[in-house]
Amino acid sequence: MPKINYKSNEFLVFLVIVAFVIVATASYPGFFSIPTLFDLLRNGIVIGIFAIGVLLVLISGGIDVSFTAVAVFALFTTTLTVKQLGLDLPWPLVFLVSVLIGMGLGLINAVFIAGFRLPTLIVTLGTLSALRGFLLTFVGSQLISNVPPSMQQFSRLVIVRGTNAQGFFYSLPWAFAFLVGVVVLTWFLLTRTLLGRNIFAIGGSLESARRIGINVRLTQVFVYAYVGGLAGLAGIIHASMARVANPFDLVGLELSVIAATVLGGARLSGGYGTITGTLLGVILIVMVNNSLILLGIPSTWQSVVIGALILLGTGLPSYQAKRAARKAG
Amino acid sequence: MTDTNAAPAPKNPSPAAPGFVVQLMQPGIGRLAVMTIVIFIAMAALSPEHFLTIGNASSMAFQFPEFAILSLAMMLAMLTGGIDLSIIGIADLSAIIAALILSHFAGANATGVEAGGAMALAIVVSLAIGCVAGMFNGIVIAYFGLPAILATLGSGLVFTGLGFAITGGSAVVGFPGVFAVIGNADLFGIPVPLIIFVSLAVAVWFLLERTAFGIKVQMLGTNPLATRFAGIDDAGVTIRTFTYSGGLAAVAGLIIMSRSNSAKADYGSGYLLLTILICVLGGINPYGGFGKVSGLILAVLSLQFLSSGFNMLQASNFFTQFLWGSLLLVVMAVNTIQFRRRAARSSSKAHV
Repeated sequence: MPKINYKSNEFLVFLVIVAFVIVATASYPGFFSIPTLFDLLRNGIVIGIFAIGVLLVLISGGIDVSFTAVAVFALFTTTLTVKQLGLDLPWPLVFLVSVLIGMGLGLINAVFIAGFRLPTLIVTLGTLSALRGFLLTFVGSQLISNVPPSMQQFSRLVIVRGTNAQGFFYSLPWAFAFLVGVVVLTWFLLTRTLLGRNIFAIGGSLESARRIGINVRLTQVFVYAYVGGLAGLAGIIHASMARVANPFDLVGLELSVIAATVLGGARLSGGYGTITGTLLGVILIVMVNNSLILLGIPSTWQSVVIGALILLGTGLPSYQAKRAARKAG
Repeated sequence: MTDTNAAPAPKNPSPAAPGFVVQLMQPGIGRLAVMTIVIFIAMAALSPEHFLTIGNASSMAFQFPEFAILSLAMMLAMLTGGIDLSIIGIADLSAIIAALILSHFAGANATGVEAGGAMALAIVVSLAIGCVAGMFNGIVIAYFGLPAILATLGSGLVFTGLGFAITGGSAVVGFPGVFAVIGNADLFGIPVPLIIFVSLAVAVWFLLERTAFGIKVQMLGTNPLATRFAGIDDAGVTIRTFTYSGGLAAVAGLIIMSRSNSAKADYGSGYLLLTILICVLGGINPYGGFGKVSGLILAVLSLQFLSSGFNMLQASNFFTQFLWGSLLLVVMAVNTIQFRRRAARSSSKAHV
């Protein structure tokens, strides 16, 4: 049993989630139930996969705002190609195509970041704009509401389904297994491989990492390709679950995902971040987005609440650290 | 026990920025001017019968001031070594408050003293809100030690969210006709928004180049630690800079509101990327310290020429988005290649 650090961001976010659940249950007893839990899990799949990708980039000392454009580019071109060619690919192959497109687009970021050593925020803002512009100008801006049959088939695959005592229907789609897979894979990568240590090292101090012989460029190329691949996966899962490929989707979500990751304790200055924290951050953001009304707060206030959570959740620890540093003199 | 999870202590937000990155961010005003002229000539050559007209010049002069002013706000934040992701939120929130004042105290049919009084009140209140919102950012950054990107990400969500919460997401309408002057009228043939932008640009130039405060801002962006050890009130400089930034955002919000004759919580949401793009293109160093108002103006003009030119060729807005993003990447990459070549040449000379 690992020791719990009661001062950590993870624990703070956990407390906020518990408080949220208690207040929501008090105002609406039906909140504390299996259907709510499964709703939460289902709504967390796409944001969760995105957030794991963002976590990796933040740990490596960068920031990525282009992943939503990568995701929508990958999901739309994949769906369009499969439809236009009239291929009857099984869904795992469709997913693989989308992941590969995502990786390819992630490599564009890598060229500018690792190759030209340009600032990551500026590069990914550029690719966000360029990719989305390219998609909507040259690929298509028409919604595809009739997605290939294999994707529809995927959307019907559920791990469990049932009806609870109150007669509410619940189900958990297989897409959730992808989030679990991504979490396990990334956890293994970050904590059990040399590559993972290298990612932490370049985020901690790029120059030190270079001087102890870490191949900084290769590590960065890996990070941005991996994030691109995750974005491609999240995108195609999003399209499959919604059974529609909308080229206007997802873009605009990037700041919420970064907010979730940062709330979970990952640092924008690099070198620090945990998967547990990120997942807690995602849970909190999804709960605020879906169930704020149960706390007696109108849903129009949701971005105020998320913004305030970011300011408090990151501002207070930062303030304490600043005071501690001053006391230590 | 040390707290390993505390947020980072305030430090230079670009610990990983090697020295040459700082230098390559300054492509020089000369090259930028050449690029602007080339784009102008190219666009003029593509459709001279539309592009080289008084009508087009006037429509461009009405279009760019709002995002040019937002870019000035972004520039101030970038000069301190930070960034301000909340300017759009500030612009919308302050415009919504102004709109509510106007529609409450005057309404669409008001004229004369009633309309004028309400307008004066609305302008003063919205500028004050902009400054207070900016000051809030500055305080969070300076006293709580949050990186600017994180502080303004959070506060931007709060400001935008407040706009949504107040209006329920719908547009506020019903202003007296006289308010349209700010965004739509001209004075001796010069559009009012352009006049506003030029005066603000001159003011920012004066602030940065001709006052002690301007030098402090640039010092802070170049080396925050050295600035503090030089006895400069770094917290005060940060707060003042972000206050100005918020005030500028509020002016842009008023122009957008006047031009669209309404205020809404998500107006101008596409401008955030654009302002960062303009600043970087205009040679303002995203790591802080360097940047000129003249560079910013040239970047604004070249992007406006591009978007107007392609608009006339019936290209979609998305194509312009594509061009802007690609332009940003290409310009930065070219700057790097040139810098490396120059660096390689000078180091080989040194060895001889």
